[in-house]
Parts: sequence; structure tokens; C-alpha cells
Amino acid sequence: MSSTPLTWLTAAQSRRLLDAREVSAVELAEAHLARIEALDGDIGAFLHVMADVALAQAADADRRIAARDVAPMTGIPIALKDVLVTTDAPTTAGSKILQGFRSPYDATVVRRLREQGAVFLGKANTDEFAMGSSNENSAYKPVHNPWDLSRVPGGSSGGPAASVAAGMATVSLGSDTGGSIRQPAGFCGIVGVKTTYGRVSRYGLIAFASSLDQIGPFARTVEDAALLLGAVAGHDPHDSTTAAVPVPDYAAALGGDLRGVRVGIAREYNVDGMEPGVSDAVGAAIDRMRDLGAEIVDVSLPHTEYALATYYIIAPAEASANLSRFDGVKYGLSVEAPSLRETYERTRGEGFGPEVKRRIMLGTYALSAGYYDAYYVKAQKVRTLIKQDFDQAFEKVDVIVAPTSPTVAFGLNARTSDPYQMYLADVFTIPANMAGICGVSIPCGMSEGMPVGLQILAKPFDETTMFRVAHAYEQAEQWKDTRPAVGSLA
Amino acid sequence: MRLSREDVEHVAALARLGLTEEEIVRLQDQLSMILDQIAVLERLDTASIPPTAQVTALSNVWREDVERASLPREQVLANAPRQSDGFFEVHAVMAGSDSEEA
Repeated sequence: MSSTPLTWLTAAQSRRLLDAREVSAVELAEAHLARIEALDGDIGAFLHVMADVALAQAADADRRIAARDVAPMTGIPIALKDVLVTTDAPTTAGSKILQGFRSPYDATVVRRLREQGAVFLGKANTDEFAMGSSNENSAYKPVHNPWDLSRVPGGSSGGPAASVAAGMATVSLGSDTGGSIRQPAGFCGIVGVKTTYGRVSRYGLIAFASSLDQIGPFARTVEDAALLLGAVAGHDPHDSTTAAVPVPDYAAALGGDLRGVRVGIAREYNVDGMEPGVSDAVGAAIDRMRDLGAEIVDVSLPHTEYALATYYIIAPAEASANLSRFDGVKYGLSVEAPSLRETYERTRGEGFGPEVKRRIMLGTYALSAGYYDAYYVKAQKVRTLIKQDFDQAFEKVDVIVAPTSPTVAFGLNARTSDPYQMYLADVFTIPANMAGICGVSIPCGMSEGMPVGLQILAKPFDETTMFRVAHAYEQAEQWKDTRPAVGSLA
Repeated sequence: MRLSREDVEHVAALARLGLTEEEIVRLQDQLSMILDQIAVLERLDTASIPPTAQVTALSNVWREDVERASLPREQVLANAPRQSDGFFEVHAVMAGSDSEEA
């Protein structure tokens, strides 16, 4: 037996112990379910715990392991953001409008994990329809940051991030439309990957903004994130935006230092309101990368300051179209009214929360006659400029390094009264979604007793370089072994 | 840019979104403020810039035109609030009581 408690094992460590028959998948599942039972009342990371499913899957995994029929995720306990549809658990997207919804099919990423013999612990909490930066827009309950229960975990993938940070899940899957994986990973002190647009199938991901949404992994180590991405990535006939680009063995490519790697630093990633503790930690991380052999190169991304405004036109516009499917006819909440039109209006009025309504309104306005060119087309043109910024920068460098967020995790209720203040939490993560590139947030230090996230951005479909740089830095620092005190509670 | 109450009501109607009186007033303020922030884009001259709708560089992704199994009807209807004879059931829209705008 390992001396590490089962709930703090990495997926890679678990794989070795499972395959050596030193730990069973059922023991792993039971340990995680017990920890969820003990801690999640205080944290709120799960909307639905799949205990029976998990134990049955774990028993199956043990049989596969005994038969040497093993894949990287066989027997690994995983949490799924509740925007990924599953046949054997409800899917709500954190919204009352989908309360009790049971999908007739699995998302492609869920199906692939199921085929590998993964163990599904439950559906993890999220801002309603993945719209938010603090998880406070969940229609069911907020999530508390495992490092300080009075603070938010970030969002919108607050549940997937908190579950992994607190040792309630080994790894998890989230979705990132404007930072919804990287920002909570930074706030919770773990690794979170926004994959290249087209790298992972979105089939069965409840759509928010279809040209921006991507599914990606959360993990406590870069290696685990690489393993989980490898298990779910690749072309899918059900999602025509997935690319027929081969999926490399990300985990096998890890190792080595940073000699010969050109690391870009963009002066635009320094904004008013940036916390000194964040600047200091990121600065120290850049110094460490230089020590590891990286060549540090100044680059310019001149349209960065326009990314937030561009996003808050394009994402709500796409959302307003995507969310028209919630009409009280096919599934979900339906409020009976005398006419079809009133059924639509009352169902949507009662079923959607305030942030979702705000974005439907903003998006509908931006797409409405008379404003379409001024807002929507204008934003699409600025998107071109933002993408060109990255194209030009990546001619000079292999990766770009920046803070994940301007601040560490803020307090619950600290920003709920001012929507635009909340939107500013994503100012450093949004540009990558606009350009469709990949990025990872990894822990790079502490400020105010809270983790600071370092963002490493790379070219489209160059997750291999992104992971290699992240791994080299991670191995040179102690942050991956720094755990929240909540870990001592159970 | 200040949205009028009529603007908010018009957009809500387009979105088929029922709003309470309190929500209309609040959204008038909040959307106006967000639009003020978004106005930063007006500083950029984009006359010669083509729009980007998506970043995949893919276009016209086809598949073979072959029959595929679809989901069983009862599974598709399992979440329906109202169903009848194997169909989703909705209120009549042609009876005149529900005049949809063109």
C-alpha cells in the first residue's frame, strides 16, 4: 500500500497501484464517496452524487484490471461538470429549467470515459448554463473554495475544480467558454486545461456559445491532465467542428527542461486592479522558467483590452440562439399557459436565473434588427484582430505566459451586485477562446493564503508543448504538493 | 447608451422571455451599463477587417448520406412535459388566439 491517502493519489499513481492490484477500484471509489459525504456539505461541489453508478463501474473496472484489459482511465474516480449529458444521472446545467432532466444519450466524452472503464462520482456544480465566474449563478447552491470556505472557487466550473482541489475526485471534466476551466483551476490551486477549439468533441455538452465552448480536464498534476485529455480528445463524427488531427500521447511527451523553449511575455497582461501578490508570483514563475533554460521574449497582443467587450457580444449572442431550445415543449420545466407564446414566456421567465436572462437579453439585443452590424459584426471583426495578435506572437514564441486572473479568489457575494465587475475576472482568459488556441492554468504561488494561477498559452493543437512547459515548471516547484487545510478534515 | 423601457420590452418579446416589472427596471440599468462598457470597440477602425465567425478553418464538413439509427421515440419523448400519440404536444398556433408576429 502507498502511504498517500487514496483520495490524494494522482491518476498516474492510482493507475500503477490498480494495475499492481495493490488497490482496488472499489476501494478508490469508496474512499472518494466517503470524502464527498464528509466534506461536500461544506463545499457544495456536487449537484448529484452517483454512488451506485460509481460502485458498479468500479466493480467492472476491477474485473477489467484482473483480465489485463486496462485503459488509462480504468478505475479512476472522475467528476463531470453538470453540463455534460449522462444517461444514468440527471443533467441540469445548474438550472431550474432542466431540473429532473435525464438525457437519452451520453456526451461523447462521457461515452469515451465509460468505454475506458472510468468511475463517475457525480455531476459537479456549475454556474447556470456555465455563465459566470464564481459559481454563484448556480440555481441550486454556491460552491465554497476548499482553501477558504468564505471565498468563491471561481467559475463557471466551480464544482469540478473544488472537487479535485479538495480530494473528492482524482480528476474532473469542465468546460471553458471564456475561462471557465482555467480561472477556477487558478482560484483552487490545481491544473485546468482549455483545449484547442476542435480538439475535444462538444457532442452532449449543453451549448453556451458554440464557437467558443471547449471541454477540458482538471487535475492536481500536469501529467494527470495530459492523461485525461488523451482519453477524451479526438475527432467525432457527431461534432463537425472537431478536427481530424491525430491525438498525440501527451503524457509520454512530458519531461525535460525548458532549454530552447521561447516563452513570450505580453505587456498587455498587466491591468489596473491587478493584485501585487499575483504579479509577484507570476514574475517569480517567469524567473524560474528562465532558470530552467527558457528564452524569455517580449511579445505584444495589442487588442487584448478589447477582448472582454468582444466576448460580451459574441458569447451572449450565441447563447441567446442556443438557449431558444428551452421552450417548455421538448424537455425540462414547462409552465402551463393559455397560448404557446405565453407558455414560452412563462417557462423561460420562471426557469432561467438572473445572469442567464441578462445574457439572453444582451445577445438578443446585439442580434436584433438595427444593431446587428454595430454590435455583432463589429465584435466578429475585432475577434479577427485578436486572433491575428496571437498568430503574430506565435511566430516569435512557443508559448505565452500570463496570470490566469488579476486577483486570487474573491469572497462569496463580493461581486454579485455588479455584473461587469464579475466579468472582469475573465479578462486574461477570454482572448484564448476568441482565438481558439489552447491554454492551461497551473499553480504558481500563494497570495493572501490563496493559490495564484499561471496561464500558459500555446498554438492551436500544440497541447504537447503547452503540457511540456507546464510540467517542467511544475516539477521545479512545490505548489503541486501544497494542499488546502480542508484536506485535514477527513 | 441608455436603453428605454420599450427597448427592454421589445428585446424580451423577441427572446420570448417573460420578465417581471422588477426585472425590466433592473435590466434597463444593467444592460445600459454593459453596453457603455462594450462601446470601447467603437475606438477601433474595423472597416477593412473581415469578420471571424469561427476559428476551425474547416468548411462544408460532409458525411456519407447513409441511413443511421436514431434514438428510440419513447426515449426522445421521455422528458416531454406533454405528449400525445407519440408526438410532442403544443398549443395550437393557428387558431387566432396566439398571433405570432411575422
